[in-house]
Amino acid sequence: MKKQGLQWVFSILGGLILLFVLGPVLGLMFSSSPHKLFETAQDPEVKNSIMLTLGTSMAGTFLFALAAVPFSWILARYQFPLKKLVTAIIDLPVVIPHSAAGIAVLGFISRDTLLGRAGSLAGFNFVGHPAGIMIAMAFVSLPYLINAARDGFLSVPERLEKAALTLGASPIRVFFTVSLPLAWKNILSGLILMFARGMSEFGAVVIIAYHPMITPVLIYERFTSFGLKYAQPVSVIFILVVLVFFMILRLLLSNSKKS
Amino acid sequence: MLKLTGINKDFKGFKLSDISFTVEKGDYFILLGPSGAGKSLLLEIIAGLAIPDSGSLELYGRDITQLPIQKRKVGLVFQDHAIFPHMKVKSNLAYALHGQPGESIHQKIMAMSANLGIGELLERYPSTLSGGELQRVALARTLIQEPEILLLDEPLSSMDTRLRSGTRSLLRKIHRAGQTIIHVTHDYEEALSLGNRIAVMDHGNILQTGTPDEVFHSPRNGFVAHFIGIRNFFPAKIRLHDGIPWAETVGNLKFRLQQGQDNESGFVMIRGEDIVLSASALDSSASNVLAGRVQETTTTPLGCDVCIECGETIHALITAESVSNMSLDEGSEIWMSIKATAVKFIDE
Repeated sequence: MKKQGLQWVFSILGGLILLFVLGPVLGLMFSSSPHKLFETAQDPEVKNSIMLTLGTSMAGTFLFALAAVPFSWILARYQFPLKKLVTAIIDLPVVIPHSAAGIAVLGFISRDTLLGRAGSLAGFNFVGHPAGIMIAMAFVSLPYLINAARDGFLSVPERLEKAALTLGASPIRVFFTVSLPLAWKNILSGLILMFARGMSEFGAVVIIAYHPMITPVLIYERFTSFGLKYAQPVSVIFILVVLVFFMILRLLLSNSKKS
Repeated sequence: MLKLTGINKDFKGFKLSDISFTVEKGDYFILLGPSGAGKSLLLEIIAGLAIPDSGSLELYGRDITQLPIQKRKVGLVFQDHAIFPHMKVKSNLAYALHGQPGESIHQKIMAMSANLGIGELLERYPSTLSGGELQRVALARTLIQEPEILLLDEPLSSMDTRLRSGTRSLLRKIHRAGQTIIHVTHDYEEALSLGNRIAVMDHGNILQTGTPDEVFHSPRNGFVAHFIGIRNFFPAKIRLHDGIPWAETVGNLKFRLQQGQDNESGFVMIRGEDIVLSASALDSSASNVLAGRVQETTTTPLGCDVCIECGETIHALITAESVSNMSLDEGSEIWMSIKATAVKFIDE
């Protein structure tokens, strides 16, 4: 009987937590009339910002994945000196305040740095450019991909890779025909996680580029310049976009658990 | 011919010390030892999955010690089969044939799958196959690359009895076709039934190498004897008398068996602890009652080993109390009773 009482208390606490998360979101969802939402969705500034946000985050995710995925395989398969330090460095962007991360990245890509000069030669300046936004997004979201991909490779039995080698395959062929296909579900969920995390970044991006405006920055601007009523519909539309990817991710994860 | 010379390796708690042996073309070579003896590590070294700290490997005169795995022409079948779960059986078989013309790949797959009886399985995914089917797919996938040597890591250990005898005949068939095989096992029955040469391993050392007859008849040391669990091991042939199978040894001893086919040749094995000793002929239910003379008695950690001459030399294992209750002086006459169920016949 005592245990049941405890369960009641804990369940009520859980309900409060759920309400704490759901309340504001639901409140926001019903804050704007469908008419207002439809109108906002037609607003070119909103549309452009969403396209920019999706585009930069996706480009950053795929570009950095080219290096991050093979790196994750190394992390999963090999022991090397200072490995703990290396994994700590990978997780660093998660704990750094995002505005501070933006300042750090800015120092790295501004015009007088090596990367900045390379950008100038190519005819653009990272600061205030989609390329800069992409880098800021990748900086804060990369750990999610690397950790997911590493877990994926860890779940591939090493014997399968060894078996492929004894069947005469080169190490690179083993990677592409055995390791990668067997870890792909984790890698894909890592890609979506990194993409979604990059998309929702505000702090780091706003320091690199106020313009062109990604949606989180646009929401902030509408709020500070015009007030709550103008920021709400943009927020709703952006949350709906993010939710689509969130649902795909959940679906993917539940499927991979079944198999 | 595979020649290992002075192989040393220290790896994750397993240690191989000065391993040297030669496997001739056409050998069915058994590496026999308890788990943790380093057998699998040795296989990995031969396959190239591990590089020895010192020593050398030679395959048909070519030094392969440092050669990358994929260039060795050594096929390894893993204990858990290691079939690629994301590929159909057909693609698993084709994996080693990468880069060959499509027509040739197709023909090889058809021939190999017919040979191993997996033709029906080609379009299936591994998750739908039984353990025995997976094993045959693993064998086919390795054999299709025509390895100079086939390495088998505990191929029968995770199987039930019925499946095991089927796989044994399959392995014999592969061997008869001329395939050189190295087979790792901890089961001496398996070793006897399949190998033509046996190396007994423990703690990273090879303790004895020889034919099954040599190893089982004259174990070089206590470990080998203890590990093979048996001192009574005689080449024999089955004869049916009135429909009852008897195993006749070279030394003309006859042992009543529970079952057996006429004219089958193989080995008779009796565990020392299955032999009941008495000073006179017992009127017991045991179907084998033999008279002999005590040659010597030795105290071992397992009890007292009584060595008896009766045409063959038989070792009985009895407790220390029994020794004091009986006169076991050298040369004294003694009777042995052995139940037919304790007489094991292992076919060649």
